[in-house]
Amino acid sequence: MRYAYYPGCSLECNAAAYDVSTRAVADLLGIKLLEIDDWNCCGATEYFSQDELTACSVVARNLALVEPELDQVIAPCAACFCNLAKTDKLMAENVQISAKINEALAAGNLSYQGGRVKVRHLLEVICNDIGETAIRDKVVKPLANIRVAPYYGCQVVRPIKGSDDTEYPMQMDELFTWLGAEVVDYPVKTHCCGGHMTQISEPQAFELIRRLLQSAVDYDADMILCVCPMCQLNLDAYQGRVNGMFGTNFNMPIVYFTQMLGLAFGIDPKDLGFGKEIVAAEPVIRAKLAAVPVGNTT
Amino acid sequence: MITTADKRGLSFLEEVTRATPGGEQLAHCLQCGSCGGSCPNGADMQYTPRTLFALINAGEREKVLSSNTMWCCVSCYLCTTRCPQNIPITDIMYSLKRLAIRDRLAKDTDAPALAKTFTGLLDKYGRSFELGLASRFYLFNKPLAMLKMGPLGLSMFTRGRMSLIPTKIKKLDQLQAIINKAREIGEES
Repeated sequence: MRYAYYPGCSLECNAAAYDVSTRAVADLLGIKLLEIDDWNCCGATEYFSQDELTACSVVARNLALVEPELDQVIAPCAACFCNLAKTDKLMAENVQISAKINEALAAGNLSYQGGRVKVRHLLEVICNDIGETAIRDKVVKPLANIRVAPYYGCQVVRPIKGSDDTEYPMQMDELFTWLGAEVVDYPVKTHCCGGHMTQISEPQAFELIRRLLQSAVDYDADMILCVCPMCQLNLDAYQGRVNGMFGTNFNMPIVYFTQMLGLAFGIDPKDLGFGKEIVAAEPVIRAKLAAVPVGNTT
Repeated sequence: MITTADKRGLSFLEEVTRATPGGEQLAHCLQCGSCGGSCPNGADMQYTPRTLFALINAGEREKVLSSNTMWCCVSCYLCTTRCPQNIPITDIMYSLKRLAIRDRLAKDTDAPALAKTFTGLLDKYGRSFELGLASRFYLFNKPLAMLKMGPLGLSMFTRGRMSLIPTKIKKLDQLQAIINKAREIGEES
């Protein structure tokens, strides 16, 4: 199975753990990821706040750069997935806007026909294209005893209505059941992490982060699993400052779902980016998965 | 005060509708309030989306564009997928942000500065550059907050999660030609 791969800027550095674990897991599952040559930033939410046509044109350059023999692109970042999918949909449905975007693309000798490339999120590809049987077959170290809280956040499930529910999705829950983990059913799995609010209004952002961490604690989770670099960053890197603001004592590891998937498949933790998280995941993994050796990852 | 600042003589409702793909649904708002009730930041908004839409309908342009409502929106799309009238609420918030920036009515928020810094770096390098974004944004907008960010930046850096130098794409001239053309088309229409 061959797919174009759009890693996005976060995965180059701050979410490098997501990139290495994605590539390692994809390799093992026979998902061939062909990185789009010379891709550019998707503009996140920021370009759409400034200039819609330019925002769409910046996104569309990436779709135009997908090799002609490929018709699907995988984006692991929720915001990149959302921008690519929304722009593709807009171009497929709105002839006038599509013409304007193509006029802009033509200045760079590119063009794109809306709908040519199917934009997909990594989680959904793993669950639908690989599926339960093939995944169960690959599990060599079941994640028994560990209580994982799947956190979907917003833009993987909304606004593009895919193969899962927009408010109570189950794909990651099911995936981790196949891996033998205890999956935590908690009520905030599609609530917002605050997005860029950590930079604009800390009281607003930290309250949203607090609610998520508190719910995971209330439901006895050992860790939170992310499908988005922004969610991971907000819950992990700001956890200490959230504790400072609210007098709480959270110590909740926040990892990418691909990292734990890789552990279950027996991939060396060193090749899955463990140790890059601010709240260390190693102690809980050691305590709960005694059979799974986790090397010195720092 | 009710104003019609649009030079084409459009009502404010028409102006917002035209700026938003699918925006014509706005005229069908039932005032049910599902949007504000769903919003994670609804409690901090001067006007919830429901109220804001009534104000748009009433032509209260300045009141709407100088409010903090759209700046509380973090694009979680919960209101959008819940709206019984299929109003693209998040996209309308983006349109209101753009109009507020253009007409210099945005106030009490650093969000336009963050957007400007972010897109400036994208235009220059083709990729986002987190250290450049954080340092420029904080230095020019809230220098004192930089002190609080220092330890966080350091712990990110020691874990290899923050690069000191930006990554540039190869065909930067191609991207910039596309951006310039898109701006030109945008200004014409």
